[in-house]
Amino acid sequence: MNRRTMGKTVLGLAGAAIALSVGMGSAFAQEKLKVGFVYVGPVSDHGYSYQHDQGRLAVEKALGDKVTTTFVENVPEGADAERVIEQLAASGHKLIFTTSFGFMNPTLKVAQRHPDVKFEHATGYKRAANVATYSGRFYEGRTVVGAIAGKMTKSNIIGYIGSYPIPEVVGGINAFTIALREQNPKAEVRVVWVNSWYDPGKEAEAAKALIDQGADIIVQHTDSPAPIQTAQERGLWSVGQSSDMTRFGPKSHLTAIVEDWNGYYVDRVKAVLDGSWKPIDTWGGIKTGMVELAPYNPAIPADVVKMADQIKADIVSGKRHSFQGPVKDQSGKVVIPEGKSATDEQILKMDWYVEGVQGKVPK
Amino acid sequence: MSFIRLEPRGQASKTMVYVTPLLAVALTLLSGFILFLAMGFDPLKALYSFFVAPVTSVRGVGELVVKATPLVLCAVGLAIGFRANVWNIGAEGQLTLGAITGGGLALAFYGEGGWWLLPLMVIGGAIGGAVWAAVPAFLRLRFNASEILTSLMLNYVALLLLNYLVHGPFRDPDGFAFPESRLFEADATLPVLWAGTRVHLGALFALLAVAGGWLLIARTFIGFQIKVIGLTPAAAGYAGFDQKRIVWLTLLLSGALAGIAGMGEVAGPIGQVTAGISPGYGYTAIIVAFLGRLHPVGILLAALLMALSFIGGEAAQIAMGLPKAITGVFQGMLLFFLLASDVLIRYRVRFGARRAAA
Amino acid sequence: MNDFALIGPILAAMFAAATPLLFAALGELVVEKSGVLNLGVEGMMLVGAVCGFAVAVQTGSATTGFLVAALAGAATASLFAVLTLFLLANQVATGLALTLFGVGLSALIGQGFVGIPLEGLPKLYVPGLTDLPVVGQALFGQDVMVYLAVAAVPLVHLFLYRTRAGLVLRAVGENHTAAHALGYKVLRIRFLAVLFGGAMAGLGGAFLSMDYTPMWAENMTSGRGWIALALVVFATWKPVRAMLGAWLFGGVTILQLHVQGLGIDVPSQLLSMLPYLATVLVLVLISRDVARIRLNAPACLGKLFHPDA
Repeated sequence: MNRRTMGKTVLGLAGAAIALSVGMGSAFAQEKLKVGFVYVGPVSDHGYSYQHDQGRLAVEKALGDKVTTTFVENVPEGADAERVIEQLAASGHKLIFTTSFGFMNPTLKVAQRHPDVKFEHATGYKRAANVATYSGRFYEGRTVVGAIAGKMTKSNIIGYIGSYPIPEVVGGINAFTIALREQNPKAEVRVVWVNSWYDPGKEAEAAKALIDQGADIIVQHTDSPAPIQTAQERGLWSVGQSSDMTRFGPKSHLTAIVEDWNGYYVDRVKAVLDGSWKPIDTWGGIKTGMVELAPYNPAIPADVVKMADQIKADIVSGKRHSFQGPVKDQSGKVVIPEGKSATDEQILKMDWYVEGVQGKVPK
Repeated sequence: MSFIRLEPRGQASKTMVYVTPLLAVALTLLSGFILFLAMGFDPLKALYSFFVAPVTSVRGVGELVVKATPLVLCAVGLAIGFRANVWNIGAEGQLTLGAITGGGLALAFYGEGGWWLLPLMVIGGAIGGAVWAAVPAFLRLRFNASEILTSLMLNYVALLLLNYLVHGPFRDPDGFAFPESRLFEADATLPVLWAGTRVHLGALFALLAVAGGWLLIARTFIGFQIKVIGLTPAAAGYAGFDQKRIVWLTLLLSGALAGIAGMGEVAGPIGQVTAGISPGYGYTAIIVAFLGRLHPVGILLAALLMALSFIGGEAAQIAMGLPKAITGVFQGMLLFFLLASDVLIRYRVRFGARRAAA
Repeated sequence: MNDFALIGPILAAMFAAATPLLFAALGELVVEKSGVLNLGVEGMMLVGAVCGFAVAVQTGSATTGFLVAALAGAATASLFAVLTLFLLANQVATGLALTLFGVGLSALIGQGFVGIPLEGLPKLYVPGLTDLPVVGQALFGQDVMVYLAVAAVPLVHLFLYRTRAGLVLRAVGENHTAAHALGYKVLRIRFLAVLFGGAMAGLGGAFLSMDYTPMWAENMTSGRGWIALALVVFATWKPVRAMLGAWLFGGVTILQLHVQGLGIDVPSQLLSMLPYLATVLVLVLISRDVARIRLNAPACLGKLFHPDA
């Protein structure tokens, strides 16, 4: 800042207005904006961190002449996170995306020390003057697949593989189940938690257990394609997560709930470049393109595809909400009354199951 | 084995004790140079990022201390056990328990703490780790069950227990049901010792553990018993040493130290109980213990070196996009050289055919 | 749904889940019987997993893949062998360093193989037998690697206790000084044992990446190498017990997933503890006989040997 201000004064004294603008222009061109990304997994996980890295690559592609990007992968969510974020801030990165919930407090601590750096924290709820938050309404995607599953199931048992019982996952189970039972009131959802985001062996074992208990569709909220492979081997349906997993089970993969950060990341980098960046909270869904569905399996009947597209369109137009009353919990009590929809806060805090889910939320 | 042979030295070479680490570092630099070159990275810049860049700032040096603190605490305790042939692989679980009990106290007295809370948390963390280590001790002495298996299995149990707690009883009531506790209040947070860094009181505990560990081994009768049991168990039996007592003592001590390490993480740099407290400190500490030749001062140096290689890996990722995977390979090489060059302390290398047997 | 009918599928899943553990544990068992403790099983499994997968993708041949996986595991193990046997490096630390190295190396090799699907191995089908109730699928509906792992158990047992080479190997593990005095090449025997352990760990890893969940993902063994190590202790260095241990661990793992699916009201984290707790409990029950365990533990386990010392 100092040098730039001084140059301006000197040039201003010389009275060379044209030289000033040219000088400033080239100074900016040399000083590319450095953007940092912190990932909790390896970029090669082909799931969560991979999708964020796709967003980083989209930024490079769209704005490569104005920005450079850096990423740090496999960052543990303990004491190490703060150091990594600090190192990025200290090494001249002016915009830093921290892409996992566990990075929330470390991000805020570093942000306090670096008021000139802008931070973007994914899936958290704490903001500051230089910390924005963002997340996807992935439950909207689960509403669409829930309806598809309701039409496609024969056994009326859906197997659902959960990672950890956090609101995002519990809310996803609920959104899925509501849509499922709207199409097929007899269907039920059985949940198995594997206590991991990424453990192919465990996920495959969970899928087998659910299939052996009669499930004919496997839905997952974990990141590896192993459940898809298991379902394909048994000749049953499955739904992917994070990225399009069709190639792991072309005969089984109904669709997948795809997280697409590309547009958001490009927009936010642009906002920093043109000075319009604000520490807002963004919760994008199908409408903003942050949540997408992978191409439908060609084996899905045309009327089911039409129904799914209609639900998508209704979510985009606001005609339909994933948690549209009346919604009953497992005891049959109406939690969201008729004519109302769940508030964002209710969705963010969700730690109860709707009617139709077997078992209890682990607490 | 005919042209290059190892010949035992009469006694360990004092010179080699200090020369071998230097030799290992030289070999690491050389092979690192080749590795980075082969992977298409500027080797000098990569080596600089690994070993120099992290410690060019006050904050960087502080981070080194922060990262080494839990490693030292765990490794000092483990080393004392290893000397007595007590194979505790469970420092990770004991550390986790210390974080649970120490952190649990911080949460239990949230809003009603005082000056007494931190000392209580330290004691609580130590007890938590010690109780977790008491299980393998009891099962070994009472049921003859190998502590290698029991302590390892308890690591997984401890992690799942922590996971259960942060999803349930420990969960921040205002935290949108996310699996994290509240942030600790000031009276439950370890004070920062060095302004401008994250170096906290735990670093002092680590130094005390080094001094105490050295005193115990070198200057006490218990330390003597530990060494005798480790070297010649039979002799210890003839001398009438109470081996059961040594098993109890070493396991409880290493458990308590690991517990303090865990408490130090949650009450120090993390500041709350989360599901991810340790990136495998308990396992890395086993390497650190042996790298430091089971000697507390050696452990201190080894922990700093390990910490540097972790932090350096991050620095290299940031500075030049060096993938994390290369860091693992490089760390492995560094350790291989360090461990292998130890041989020169006790043996000398001879070239040529074997001489007639002496 | 009749819960009793689940016994068959649970058994079938149990045998498959136990297979990678069994391969790795049998290999490590032979290594430890020769007096060497190699804690690098996880690293060797990962290198085997990625190399087997890469070759299977390139050549389209599963057999070649498994062979290469065994070779890659053995090659990784040879690093450990050179360091600990000839350079007398500490075995515990070198084994752990090997795991760090293997995790990194496998991730590096695997960079170009992420997100590629592979066909698993075909399952056996014997008309009549495979359709038998309860045991049909479990006993007659697995793939070749599951049977190979089980077949390796009697082979390893016969080798250790019924062949001269096995006797020598055990003698080396029991008392390397005496074995050396009798003219046996202690280091050569241990070197071969370590290579065998690496090859078996490589096969266990490749079973995961080529068959169980046919794909490559960083760190995909998720700690199974550590469980295999624990199983060797559990087995008190006996092959048949290693198999029972692998079944116990795999079985309880599968069982707790079923219990969750049936909606029993116990937190999933506590249910997930069961395989570990069950292993400890059974170990306690079988370890009470002090004398028998002492006889089985190789006396020179983890001790360094130098012919001139």
